[in-house]
Amino acid sequence: MRVVENASKDKTMNNGKRVDQAVRINDFVIKFANVNGTGSASANHLFAKSIFRLGIPVSPRNVFPSNIQGLPTWYEVRVNEQGYLGRKDTVDIMVAMNAQSFVDDVNSVEPGGYVLYDATKPLDTERFRSDIHWIGIPITEICMREFSNPKQRQLFKNIVYVGALTALLDIEFSVVKDLIKDQFAGKEKLITPNVFALELGCQWARENLTCPLNIRVKRLDNLANKILIDGNEAAGLGCVYAGATVAAWYPITPSTSLVDSYSKYCERLRIDAGTGKKKFVIIQAEDELSAVGMVLGASWNGARAFTATSGPGLSLMSEFLGLAYYSEVPVVLFDVQRGGPSTGMPTRTQQSDVLAAAYASHGDSKHILLFPSNPTECFQLAAEAFDLAERFQTPVITLSDLELGMNDWTTDKFEWDDATQYDRGKVLSADDLDALTAQGKEWGRYNDVDGDGIGYRTYPGAHPEKGAYMTRGTSHDAFARYTEKGDIYVEGMERLQRKFETAANVLPAPVIRPSEQNSLYGVIFYGTTDLAMQEALDLLKEQGIELDVMRIRAFPFCNEVFDFVEHHKRVFVVEQNRDAQMRMLIINEGDINPAKLDAVLHYNGMPITATFIVDSIAGKLQKMIPNNQFVDTAPNATPSKKGAK
Amino acid sequence: MSYIAKSKFHHPKLPVNDLGLTRRDYEGPLSTLCAGCGHDSISAAIIQACHEVSIEPHKIAKLSGIGCSSKTPTYYLDKSHGFNSVHGRMPSIATGANVANKDLLYIGMSGDGDSASIGLGQFSHVVRRKLNMVYIVANNGTYGLTKGQNSAMTDFGSKNKKGVENPFEAIDIVSLALQLGATFVARSFSGDKDQLVPLLKAAMAHNGFALIDCLSPCVTFNNHVGSTKSYDYVRDHNEALNRTDFVPMKEEIVTHYEPGSSREVCLHDGSMLHLHKLDDEYDTSDRVAALHYLQRKQGEGKVLTGLLYVNTDTPDLHEIANTVDKPLNQLVEVDLCPGNATLQNINESLR
Repeated sequence: MRVVENASKDKTMNNGKRVDQAVRINDFVIKFANVNGTGSASANHLFAKSIFRLGIPVSPRNVFPSNIQGLPTWYEVRVNEQGYLGRKDTVDIMVAMNAQSFVDDVNSVEPGGYVLYDATKPLDTERFRSDIHWIGIPITEICMREFSNPKQRQLFKNIVYVGALTALLDIEFSVVKDLIKDQFAGKEKLITPNVFALELGCQWARENLTCPLNIRVKRLDNLANKILIDGNEAAGLGCVYAGATVAAWYPITPSTSLVDSYSKYCERLRIDAGTGKKKFVIIQAEDELSAVGMVLGASWNGARAFTATSGPGLSLMSEFLGLAYYSEVPVVLFDVQRGGPSTGMPTRTQQSDVLAAAYASHGDSKHILLFPSNPTECFQLAAEAFDLAERFQTPVITLSDLELGMNDWTTDKFEWDDATQYDRGKVLSADDLDALTAQGKEWGRYNDVDGDGIGYRTYPGAHPEKGAYMTRGTSHDAFARYTEKGDIYVEGMERLQRKFETAANVLPAPVIRPSEQNSLYGVIFYGTTDLAMQEALDLLKEQGIELDVMRIRAFPFCNEVFDFVEHHKRVFVVEQNRDAQMRMLIINEGDINPAKLDAVLHYNGMPITATFIVDSIAGKLQKMIPNNQFVDTAPNATPSKKGAK
Repeated sequence: MSYIAKSKFHHPKLPVNDLGLTRRDYEGPLSTLCAGCGHDSISAAIIQACHEVSIEPHKIAKLSGIGCSSKTPTYYLDKSHGFNSVHGRMPSIATGANVANKDLLYIGMSGDGDSASIGLGQFSHVVRRKLNMVYIVANNGTYGLTKGQNSAMTDFGSKNKKGVENPFEAIDIVSLALQLGATFVARSFSGDKDQLVPLLKAAMAHNGFALIDCLSPCVTFNNHVGSTKSYDYVRDHNEALNRTDFVPMKEEIVTHYEPGSSREVCLHDGSMLHLHKLDDEYDTSDRVAALHYLQRKQGEGKVLTGLLYVNTDTPDLHEIANTVDKPLNQLVEVDLCPGNATLQNINESLR
């Protein structure tokens, strides 16, 4: 009745097709195929976090539908001792718990890989595939027998397979057990049945299967300085540390959990001890227009305020972003990108809002962009975004994406320098205003007295007599007075341009890594492509291809970005959208010859893989230089180092 | 250049208020609206009201959207910060500003198009949120800046300048505000300063969302025969419910009223409102009855003016959000940043 097989037990049934895995430790992809809404996500997370607790680099990915209950959902976990944690397009172990997607799930397993399935009902596995190993466990039967509550019978199926996996993959049982205890701390009633379900699965596997499999886990203890967290939680925490007091938002996947995180940490860290009152306000607005409007109002009035959204919300916020740009009001906005255009793929990842964010709103307007590549940067750049927005009195848009925002990453621990003083920018107090009068100077809100394009602002209510002005989206002179005079308008627009030039030089610098040799070829990328890129570069190197690398972290671009392009014969720009938006932005802003920048584009909604990058770049290089002459061997030609940092 | 500064000279005997300020201290540069525009009368009423209650001008923030109405904040209170934002979005700016600093008085100036057409969503939600602000709709029933198109508050059957009747129903922003939980709702007429100024003073003292829908004829595009927003029409159809006396907290109440003919309302800051009832049927504390009465009178073609509803017991947004007493914009690092030791504990919880 049960099909209970694994590699070591069932060599006779190979028919020459089933390949045994060589023993592989801490290097595999396991994928869980579940039905949305059945409680699988927390069990799968339990599995992934257990790997993390063993000190092994791990990257779980929740591949979910835009649905509450019933549709197929997947959870991929890549385990990789070397720290290659980008998505891999192959599956070594499939936990196939969803009948609806079963055939496709089974077909996606690598030859010689494993499928773990519920063997309560007999299944003719050979009908599907005979080149993989089938691990049948009577999961439903176990749960029906051991639990009486219908909800538990459903829920604990997930814990039972996690229990079986601890035996199959040789995961220390106590680690998973402790994790359950930690996760349900305060809800003691839940610990016992969860641990019991875990034991059921583990025991059944030990008694009926040969454990462990050839693919397995071994404690590494190599993550002392790491944490496991998603980018949205990190960014929300960053906002707390940055002193944000106002969050105004409208729910949208995949950004919602950013404000949830801000809320969670504020409820813990921002309650006045004496009164129990709150040192923050979170407003769920009626739409994204209103959300960003509230951010403008609060920032104008001297509070640190932010909003979080995704592509459709960014479109709606564009009008206000133009107002903020022109009237010079700080705005901090997090755009957790998803698949566009329009409603697009709400639960898939993309980097396709780059141009819409850079030039959001009508007229000549442009905005500061930040590109975090991991949750640690989400935390740091969230904090930095407030300093930049107030320093430059303009919107700062942090472009994250679903891959970063909603998945747990193995990332560096957060650090905060307690000596940090928030940079509130050029703000005049009542005393400052009086001092100006004493010096016989006249204050003008948009007067560029320092030559950096940034004027001095005042908060409403600052002084009984001085400092009041009308903030407006209409054209204005240096004293904030409405004007339609062309020369004064041009003066203002040129000053805004000057402000951007000032900003370009202080924004987070690109991370440039020159190759060991002087490569004539370079790669530019940003954001979540970083994970796959590290692996891709090593794989390319194995093929003898060495490239100089630059990861862009901010817009407007500093000269280093353009120098990097100039000093290479050809530069690949790797990004996750169809239209090569970053490439366009570089060409446009740096007046670059388009022929110099070659687009490598991945935009099917799943995170880019190292294999894709390697195949694309190696293929392109082969066409450009059939004999692989990509390294400059000429004596005096060492251009690439100039752009290096 | 449409910024025309006024001379600072004034008559030496111009009356001063408790702060030693004349009404000139509450003015702004010259208005650039059409001569005779109702909106300029509203500006004058705001100046008078602020002067009379002796509020420091810098403790006021003026907010507006787009349109003739929304240009007016430039023309009053030039010692107050102002924010002339985008069309129909003033409520969100006001919400953010108020959340950041609850210690200022927020005066929002909008129009019928700005509030009921493009801005109906934001208007509705700022009422729902019980924001503590004075929201004035300078209601001329037309789009002035773009030369006379109908707005969502143009009355059904009202004729435009070309004589074409409006075939669509008007949105009654006063009924809407009542339904959505506004705690101070009034309608007035720019041509009736005696009514408007005390209403403004009361609205400013009120803690909560105060709406004054102020009929304000457009002399250029909506002041002709057949329009229901012309000076003549409003004067002919105006039915005042009550007259308001605003008595600041510090003043002794000396006037005596006939029992039954007036109602006293104590406002948040201790000031008093005396409402002289002109209509015995009407009760300003009964929201449901107010809605009903309003609809009935509208059916009779009357324009009801005066204080329609007031409720002084409802918490405002800050009370609902339970914010600290100190304005959020005055909190600094030590109040806000949890520090590295806490962060290291958070790190541990993420392992």
